[in-house]
Amino acid sequence: MTDRALVVVRAGALTTVQDRGRPGYAHLGVPRSGALDPHAAALVNRLAGNPPDAAVLETTLNGCALRPRSRVTVAVGGAPCPVTVGGRPAAWGAPLVVPAGELLEVGTAVAGVRAYVAVSGGIAVEPVLGSRATDLLSGLGPAPLADGMVLPLGTPAGPPARVDAAPQPRPPAELVLRVTLGPRDEWFTARAVRDLTTRAYRVSSASNRIGLRTEGPALQRARPGELPSEGMVLGAVQVPPDGRPVVFLADHPTTGGYPVIAVVRAADLSAAAQAVPGTPVRFVAVRRR
Amino acid sequence: MRALPVGEDALLVEVSSGEQAQALHAELLRLRAEGSLAVREIVPAARTVLLDGLDDPARRASELTSSDVPPSPPRTRELIELPVRYDGPDLAEVAAHWQVSEPEVARIHAGTEFTVAFCGFAPGFGYLTGLPARYDVPRRATPRTAVPAGAVALAGPYTGVYPRSSPGGWQLIGTTEAVLWDHARVPAALLAPGTRVRFVPVEGT
Repeated sequence: MTDRALVVVRAGALTTVQDRGRPGYAHLGVPRSGALDPHAAALVNRLAGNPPDAAVLETTLNGCALRPRSRVTVAVGGAPCPVTVGGRPAAWGAPLVVPAGELLEVGTAVAGVRAYVAVSGGIAVEPVLGSRATDLLSGLGPAPLADGMVLPLGTPAGPPARVDAAPQPRPPAELVLRVTLGPRDEWFTARAVRDLTTRAYRVSSASNRIGLRTEGPALQRARPGELPSEGMVLGAVQVPPDGRPVVFLADHPTTGGYPVIAVVRAADLSAAAQAVPGTPVRFVAVRRR
Repeated sequence: MRALPVGEDALLVEVSSGEQAQALHAELLRLRAEGSLAVREIVPAARTVLLDGLDDPARRASELTSSDVPPSPPRTRELIELPVRYDGPDLAEVAAHWQVSEPEVARIHAGTEFTVAFCGFAPGFGYLTGLPARYDVPRRATPRTAVPAGAVALAGPYTGVYPRSSPGGWQLIGTTEAVLWDHARVPAALLAPGTRVRFVPVEGT
């Protein structure tokens, strides 16, 4: 019998199981969660021959090491990083065969933050509300990977993609986030709205799956106090009392009381997921389409 | 009623009271059920309802703002009874705020029919309204680092029950053994927006 499982030899700084998340439950206080860089997650699934909703692994900065108990096809993408199979260099961003019992090493990212590892058949942990994603805000889904953990794998859906490599965007040297103003821009001074869209920010090291935190000019409020709690969307630029904008990512809370000055276009959030601390950030105001 | 655009495909519909928000939420759920509102998320909150994942938010905004706030729907939603022991560590402080005795806090709280106005903070955490405004209480000056699961708590105009142990700044008045959230259960959340709730004192309080 083939033992379709993956042994976690080195979990890395923070490696989680991710898929397309669990949208549709925000009214119960359940974050959407899911891969922070959905384009990279979809690409590695395609390379490994998986359907787009298969669960993958999302690493943070220093990769992970895995030993499959049966022969699998694997693809590593997202943040560029060295990959080895059984100690020998292997391709990043392309389908790879890892024989049963061999060690797959996903190394430290040379650029970007989050590498994605798809394994043929997908990570087959038990879904919660239709998703296998680890949600670090609410604790839903599987725990982050730990050394020695064994992850079940699903049955491969089809052959791996017939491509040698697929183009992937480079992690950004400068993160340009297109925003539409509102819904609560009127809670800020005209100067604050101008500061947000004209001055330089940097990605803060306090960023995580809940939000991309920034350092830069504090945004001044025209109105004091908190709003009554209201619903929050992915990409919301929320401004806490310290005045530094926070861009909500996949594990964001579903409601909140700090005003949202603007919302980042969803298409720009994959780049936000790959921006290392210290990356310059520009918020560019655009009109609604 | 006004509808504020949020990003490319969402609207924040703002009304002037919690009751109006609950009525609007019920109406939006009705529109979705009959197939005339296609939207990914309908998220009610204190004075707003968020519609996230709309095809044509501008058209929906003009439709909403040209209509009246819907009347409150008949209270046909299911009534959930939560057994409670009024034994919370902040019962005396709440009694002092309310200027009543501790047993009277329990009597008033258990004599109120609540409605889940909205959820947030954690999966299955409902913000329950129903107490008159004179019973609003402030949050604790210093939040607790760990509030146990099942704690029945007050803050501002709301009652809430902690679905699991977490940090929290609400005033704790009691404990329930009801399981507020169980992702293996259908439905996972005992309380959803619109659910009516009564707290039923159990023996030994």
